[in-house]
Amino acid sequence: MSDSGHDAAAGTGALTRRAMVGGAAAAAGALIFSTLPEAAGGQGSVASAPPLIPVPPDPTKVLGAPTSAVSVRSPFVVTGRNPTGAVSGSSLTPLHQFSGNITPADLQFERHHAGVPTIDPATWQLMVHGLVDREMIFTLDDLMSLPSETRVHFLECSGNGRLAFKGSRPDLSPQNIDGLLCNAEWTGVPVKTLLAEVGVKSGAEWALAEGGDAALMSRSVPMAKLMDDAMLVYAQNGEPLRPAGGFPVRLFLPGWEGNTNVKWLRRLELVSEPNMSKDETSKYTDPLPNNTARIFSFDLDAKSTITYPTFPNTVKKPGWVQVSGLAWSGRGRITAVDVSVDGGASWVQARLAGEPQPKAAIRFTHMWKWDGAPATLMSRAVDDTGYVQPTLAVFREGRGPGTDYHYNHIRAWKVAADGVVTYSGEV
Amino acid sequence: MRRLTRHVCGGLLLAVIAACTGGSAGSDAGGRGAVRPSEALPATFGVGRAATPAELAAWDLDVNPKGVGLPAGRGTAAEGAVVYAAKCASCHGPTGTDPIAPNPKLVGREPRDFSFANHATGVTKTIGNYWPYATTLYDYIRRAMPQTAPGTLTAGETYAVIAWLLAENEVIPRDQVMDATSLPAVVMPSRDRFVRDDRKGGSGFK
Repeated sequence: MSDSGHDAAAGTGALTRRAMVGGAAAAAGALIFSTLPEAAGGQGSVASAPPLIPVPPDPTKVLGAPTSAVSVRSPFVVTGRNPTGAVSGSSLTPLHQFSGNITPADLQFERHHAGVPTIDPATWQLMVHGLVDREMIFTLDDLMSLPSETRVHFLECSGNGRLAFKGSRPDLSPQNIDGLLCNAEWTGVPVKTLLAEVGVKSGAEWALAEGGDAALMSRSVPMAKLMDDAMLVYAQNGEPLRPAGGFPVRLFLPGWEGNTNVKWLRRLELVSEPNMSKDETSKYTDPLPNNTARIFSFDLDAKSTITYPTFPNTVKKPGWVQVSGLAWSGRGRITAVDVSVDGGASWVQARLAGEPQPKAAIRFTHMWKWDGAPATLMSRAVDDTGYVQPTLAVFREGRGPGTDYHYNHIRAWKVAADGVVTYSGEV
Repeated sequence: MRRLTRHVCGGLLLAVIAACTGGSAGSDAGGRGAVRPSEALPATFGVGRAATPAELAAWDLDVNPKGVGLPAGRGTAAEGAVVYAAKCASCHGPTGTDPIAPNPKLVGREPRDFSFANHATGVTKTIGNYWPYATTLYDYIRRAMPQTAPGTLTAGETYAVIAWLLAENEVIPRDQVMDATSLPAVVMPSRDRFVRDDRKGGSGFK
């Protein structure tokens, strides 16, 4: 499978060293040059060595750095997507390094089928044709002149979680397991607004959405979705899309599997039947135990994942620990997230970081008083359709051990007495 | 940037108008004054332009299961073997059965019972055991392959390499010609294995 490239993310040694590191090392004082922090960091972690920059003993006694055109991260923060270098593959979001609900644009996962194209927005065009009254071409200025909408939604690859389901091992991080996820504010034009410009003919039941990459990656999308909440997105988190995110324009289908959100969109052809493109038949379909496969399995069911404490981070000492993670549903709002610290024997309702939005990820937290004994942490999302995130056993029974995509079962993490946290593939 | 400038100018203009028309500035100072409701939006905004026939022809390259979009041309497995060896084998392996990761395996019929979900490991999707429509091969190969030179195969080369792939997968006889008529008529082994999504949220797991 060409889209199993992210399997390569399995427990790389480098990952254990990549973590958000607190500034405690700076307190050590001396104005010295040294290597970047080596410690497995995380919330509450302390760097084992100061960073490779001069650190004044007292920043209040020296003039600071001048203004600059673009902010760079603190050298104390070591982060990155992983793995990198594939033109037909993916890089994953370092979920275990984040707080809050929004994913920074430059650290959002990528999944490309033929690399990232270079597209000049001045010459970019969108063709809309097929079963329409007027076959037309639109420029970026055209799109940006139409009434826009801005909404927060998650975006997730339907292959997210494959490694946990098919290649589970203790040294998987949230990045390895669920890093094909981001949550962002999207700005663009409702697809229905653009379709009004061309006039939809009766009989148009689907639209073939085609990207302007070297694969001309395409998916068929039902017209009902396009007339509902679909957007032609040109901005994210307030700025133009990044090239890896589909610059200058991508299709955005809230709550639907990532690959249907066609990047670098260049063509919408309204048709009566789905195209049965490569990606909607041979790839993004879900084999079932009755020897069939589910096709057009667009919606991403409710899911949650703990991001702390998780491998490669550790719990420093017994006492209060803030368990934290993200929850999302492609069908609507998250209504509750439950947390278990005893492997699912009992559950307690977590706190949510704000008012859940439809088809958006939300941060959950739970204050856990750890007594120092081994524990198994789990989270369970519930959405406003009443759907409850399934256990691994229920998921495996329902889909089969060799199924593909939409791996939304409950994840479990073991906390050992020494505070080391590992992924627990079988709970 | 153009938009930004326009918004800034608009804001300034409004401020000037407000300043010039504020007749009763004394009592309204700091107040909002009269504000009109936003105009009703039209059904259409009149943006965009007509696509020309040449533009449509250049980009409308997809092929559907009925064969709509297939061009003239023809090819056989024997011809396709030459094309495959020259333009495909370096990524997918000499026989399509042993690809160079991460490229997909193309040839193979096991498991013939489509039991992919029931094997945790050891089963691989191929054209022969998984793809439901032969037309998808043309739709995809024409646009996306070879990966380092997409869109460079002629119609004849494309039909030929498809004939080779289908013959290697024991889907068509080695001597069957592939063209705009015969390709849509090919019934793939897994044609009827696909079911529409029946998940709807709510209680119960599917």
